[in-house]
Amino acid sequence: MRLRLSAILAASVALVTPAAAELFFPSLSYRTGPFAAGGIPFADGYADYFTLLNERDGGIGGVRVRVAECETAYNTEKGVECYEAIKGQSPLVIQPLSTGITYQLIPRVTQDGIPMHTMGYGRTSSKNGAVFSHVFNYPANYWDGASIIVNYLLDQNGGNLNGKKITLLYHNSAYGKEPIRTLEELAKKHGYELTLLPVDSPGQEQKSQWLQIRRDRPDYVLMWGWGVMNPTAIQEAINIRFPMENFIGVWWSGSENDVKAAGAAAAGYKSLNMHRTGTDFPLYADLQKYVIGAGKAAGAGDQVGSVLYSRGLYAAMLAAEAARRAQEIHGTPNITPAMMRDGMEALEITEARMAELGLPNFGPTFKVTCENHGGSGMGLIQQWDGQKWNVLTDWIESDKAVIDMLVADDSEAFAKENNIAKRCN
Amino acid sequence: MMPDVVFYTAEVMVNGLMAGVLYALVALGFVLIFKASGIFNYAQGVLALFAAMTLVGIQNGQVPFAHLVNAVFGTKVHHFGWTVPSLAAIALTALVMVGLAIAVERLVLRHLVNQEPIILFMATIGLAYFLEGLGDVMWGAEVKRLDVGLPQGMSGLIDEVTFNWFGYGFFIDRLDIAATAVAVALVVTLTLFSQYSKQGRALRAVADDHQAALSVGISLRFIWVLTWSIAGFVALVAGIMWGQKSGVQFSLSLIALKALPVLMLGGFTSIPGAIVGGLIIGMGEKLFEFFVGPMIGGATENWFAYVLALIFLVFRPQGLFGEKIIERV
Repeated sequence: MRLRLSAILAASVALVTPAAAELFFPSLSYRTGPFAAGGIPFADGYADYFTLLNERDGGIGGVRVRVAECETAYNTEKGVECYEAIKGQSPLVIQPLSTGITYQLIPRVTQDGIPMHTMGYGRTSSKNGAVFSHVFNYPANYWDGASIIVNYLLDQNGGNLNGKKITLLYHNSAYGKEPIRTLEELAKKHGYELTLLPVDSPGQEQKSQWLQIRRDRPDYVLMWGWGVMNPTAIQEAINIRFPMENFIGVWWSGSENDVKAAGAAAAGYKSLNMHRTGTDFPLYADLQKYVIGAGKAAGAGDQVGSVLYSRGLYAAMLAAEAARRAQEIHGTPNITPAMMRDGMEALEITEARMAELGLPNFGPTFKVTCENHGGSGMGLIQQWDGQKWNVLTDWIESDKAVIDMLVADDSEAFAKENNIAKRCN
Repeated sequence: MMPDVVFYTAEVMVNGLMAGVLYALVALGFVLIFKASGIFNYAQGVLALFAAMTLVGIQNGQVPFAHLVNAVFGTKVHHFGWTVPSLAAIALTALVMVGLAIAVERLVLRHLVNQEPIILFMATIGLAYFLEGLGDVMWGAEVKRLDVGLPQGMSGLIDEVTFNWFGYGFFIDRLDIAATAVAVALVVTLTLFSQYSKQGRALRAVADDHQAALSVGISLRFIWVLTWSIAGFVALVAGIMWGQKSGVQFSLSLIALKALPVLMLGGFTSIPGAIVGGLIIGMGEKLFEFFVGPMIGGATENWFAYVLALIFLVFRPQGLFGEKIIERV
């Protein structure tokens, strides 16, 4: 009996204590709840990339990777609980996958010395590494996104948006309100007329908003939506016969989930993206060989190549590259969260490296620095043709003069409120 | 010549009424079960989601529990390789909903006879979470396209006719017109069923007085199965309408939130109350959003529906058509 108890005790300790030689990448996933359709492909892509590294390369720098999922259901409280449960296991990077969870975790990760990556979401001004030492939001943030769309529209209109009417249809939440200030600043600069139309969560009923759009006849409608708000808006746009090519969503409004319900009728709808999608990359041959074909794919294995699967894959690739960089900097394969933070701050993604990884031109090239945790702030425009997403443009830059000013204002106010001494001198 | 704002207001009102029909469709399911058994069925929204998922699964020839089967047996089956026509798929889904009603009665309600209403309410909360999980495991959590051939998009005819008459083309979604027709047909059928069929009269007898109905030999268990089957069918209709608007996904279950103010306003025991309540909430929230929304930042519809219901409750606590219950202690 004593032996059995000891065995149980030993097994319990093994469950909560990470093995010595492993790199722990937790995944705060949401495979259940109202946003599961978006959470599942991301979590699958994130897990599959690390499985590939383990199966093909034996991990990163010879150390195997451990990925463990904690289900948040996209719920802020559950997300914080997940963080508290895993923070003692030396997680190398936290990817909360929710702006709400991000805001709760910013002070915690900073205090605990654990880096956090919020790719294309979260607190935009955390781009300022001088204030946010442990938060990174490369390769682009919401404000970049808003500016990239405006730059694209400038390009489409011969460099002049003066007198044009642009409507922002947004999820009535902290996330949805993020681009407002940027779009207002850019309206002053470029002379377009901005109308704001909030949609209450979850966004299944948008008749009022689309009747107003029908009446106002804006030249363009921009959308900051998530979950069911996206397909509903796209269907309503089709219903009022709004020209779909003038309807552009942020990267969280541009997956197959958003256009599938409307199908071919949604052809023409555009969205931002911060990476390319699809399986036409050499990496997928290895993924097929070592992960999918070997029956080791995460989830049901039916999301491969989709927009949000690609985003999870991209997030994992960036995390793995930062871990490699940390191993180089500190001269050890067994890195700690503090070392990982250094690796993230010294991360450089070049075209040569992406090609070497089997993902040529998959994302923008960028270099992270102490001051700039936000990368190059570039994105591209993709368009739904009724069957699949097609990339329309090359990487488009955001308006740095405006974005940097907004980031400086907001981050400095945060530093003042929280008595944070600025770094990077 | 009337100013455009008059026409626009009329357009908002008409569209509000149409949206109200969709709310009423969800509220109907609540009313049916509450009327027959005194249970507030928390799972009604999830029933709509489950029904819509099942419909799409059957239509597409999807293998239920495919992921589970593949994980356990190492197989790779996802589809049977056939598709089922819409009407047949709807009939099969209705049968599944009857099966679900029987299962709910056998496994849940039968064991809770004579329990407090709050216990039954809690049981439906459990049922809602169970069905959410069951739906995901059976059919997968991805967004699904639902198409049973209903028309959708702006009615060009109405736009053209109103433009010729008033110089202002009205927008009306053809899906909303179809939903209205279906809702009318549903209410007429339910009314005829409850007035003229033996089972319908039994249903009304149970609704009026459980004890008296039991004493004349009406089977309470049969009535519960019947009620849950009808509520399941109403949920299927609501699931089709809402699912065609924005795809079949988890959020479909949240349409119950739109039905609550309708029930508060119309009363929990009245079918006409659900319809009239839906129309008032639909039109009221749209007009408020149009006139007041821009002054206070918009996105008023979710909360204003509840404010409107509460205003009505001040004057008629039992709802517009609800039964006045006086309990003496």
